[in-house]
Amino acid sequence: MSTLTVPQPLPPVADDCEQLRKAFAGWGTNEKLIISILGHRNAAQRKLIRQTYAETYGEDLLKALDRELTNDFERLVVLWSLDPAERDAYLANEATKRWTSSNQVLMEIACTRSPQQLLMARQAYHARYKKSLEEDVAHHTTGDFRKLLVPLVSSYRYDGDEVNMTLAKAEAKILHEKISEKAYGHEDLIRILATRSKAQVNATLNHYKNEFGNDINKDLKTDPKDEFLTILRATVKCLTRPEKYFEKVLRLAINKRGTDEGALTRVVATRAEVDMKFISEEYQRRNSIPLDRAIVKDTTGDYEKMLLALIGHVEA
Amino acid sequence: MIIKPGTRKRGDDRDEAMAQSDELEALTKAFSGHGVDETTLIAVLGKSHPEKRKAFRKGNPQFFKEDERSFERWDDHRIKLLKREFSRFKNAVVLWAMHPWERDARLMKEALKDGPDSYNVLIEVACTRSSEELLGARRAYHSLFEHSIEEDVASHVHGPERRLLVALVSAYRYEGTKPKEDNAKAEAKTILNVIKSGEKKTDNEEVIRILTTRSKLLLKAVYKDYQEISGSNLDEDLKSDSRLQETVQCLCTPERYFSQVLDLALEIDADKSTKKALTRVIVTRADVDVKEIDEEFNKMYGVRLTKKIEDTANGNYKDFLLRLIAKGD
Repeated sequence: MSTLTVPQPLPPVADDCEQLRKAFAGWGTNEKLIISILGHRNAAQRKLIRQTYAETYGEDLLKALDRELTNDFERLVVLWSLDPAERDAYLANEATKRWTSSNQVLMEIACTRSPQQLLMARQAYHARYKKSLEEDVAHHTTGDFRKLLVPLVSSYRYDGDEVNMTLAKAEAKILHEKISEKAYGHEDLIRILATRSKAQVNATLNHYKNEFGNDINKDLKTDPKDEFLTILRATVKCLTRPEKYFEKVLRLAINKRGTDEGALTRVVATRAEVDMKFISEEYQRRNSIPLDRAIVKDTTGDYEKMLLALIGHVEA
Repeated sequence: MIIKPGTRKRGDDRDEAMAQSDELEALTKAFSGHGVDETTLIAVLGKSHPEKRKAFRKGNPQFFKEDERSFERWDDHRIKLLKREFSRFKNAVVLWAMHPWERDARLMKEALKDGPDSYNVLIEVACTRSSEELLGARRAYHSLFEHSIEEDVASHVHGPERRLLVALVSAYRYEGTKPKEDNAKAEAKTILNVIKSGEKKTDNEEVIRILTTRSKLLLKAVYKDYQEISGSNLDEDLKSDSRLQETVQCLCTPERYFSQVLDLALEIDADKSTKKALTRVIVTRADVDVKEIDEEFNKMYGVRLTKKIEDTANGNYKDFLLRLIAKGD
């Protein structure tokens, strides 16, 4: 469930553009105004604002934001203002670059978006980077990581709810076999996680637990330092309980000494309109403190205010 | 045949025998090749007297066998083959009327069911369609079969081919203009090194990466660069790896590939799956590049594709194929 709050009635888009233009005008920037507008518009509304702003003032809104804002606040606002497919393409591309490389982000995008959203991200990737997502991912990964990530980003999973229980039993057995043999990069293991529908994967993993006693992630925890196992466990989590996965990312980002703003920004910007409510509830359950309180403790200024706006925080 | 007394001359007998043997030959031809000659069957067989049909049965040992109980009996296998030949026109029409997405989805499903001998069809569809067409086929596959194509390929294909085939059907290649700086030469070198080293190419992750993720425009440049640095064509050097060879041919020289497939399909003794290619290729390329394939076919084999089809196909099936090819005129 989304945590975004949009004012009723909605101000006309021309007004929004005019206000934003005012916020950029003169010395300094009126960040509060920017947050009050962009922080309370959904994807379709933001798209219209961008279009109208460009038509009216002859400039891409994102360019203006890039020029006027800085640091974490800028990154959050810019990421937020992008169309979801463009945003995913941007994040994925960043994740293939040397200094910002992240197998985890690639897996996260591939596994927590719907099949249709992943497809749109791949289309946006073509348009923006003149390459295919899979060619960049393949180029920047090797070995088992490549064997896992390329199929994950290339998948177009069936999105129905039908489940074949016989298949679930058979594939749970295969998973258990390969894990017992420590063949974590085995093609059958990867095939099951990377190609089966999410409903089928869930059924298979439920059966795994019923039949073999442990959650698959428990059996995949044999070596805490093994990075491939880490990403396999994260893949499983993203496919089965994404809100728990994102809660953990937030928890680690906030608890980390100094905060991992990159992760915090990414999760809030990409999930605010999707399932931030569930993530927020999960966060409170797991950490005994509401998410907004944790954010207030850990961040400051306009960055903090924008985050709070996006997670639906209401000033007391 | 009823012989009227007193009207027969020696010339008549000979003409009659020749006419009869011509008709029998026409009838045999109507049943042979690709599709059946419906017109001849109606004209000759349809109005034939019982003796003529008996002569046909006795004169065609491949179609009829002498049964121990004194009658000429249809060869069962031949009836099965005929069933296929009668269906060829139907299959072509149904395939042609289909939405291209449904068509490709069904072709891939059938190829998976038929087994390794038909996996070349998977490669053909995955590599000769545009990125959007392949995406469409994947969508249609969801609707038709309630699975994703990649999950079915991954679970049905075993061995080293699996990785290649799954990657090929999952690809969404960039189709814009080549960036100014591309590394086609470097990629060509990489492939050459793998081939020279003698290691199994289908297991090499760099060869897989290059063939399954790079854009077609870039791969055509790689093909050219490979020729320059090694002196031979990439698909020839991949001869020992038929899947990789087909992949390269489909991606880099599709008209050649299709011409070869058609040539094999038009052989008299082509087997069932090879023969099916005639319908598949003409129907799936009629709106795309069948004219270019016809030219390439002529270049390679010294005879126009249309002429070859004229000679080896029959009836409505033949007319339908020729009409599809002429469509572009």
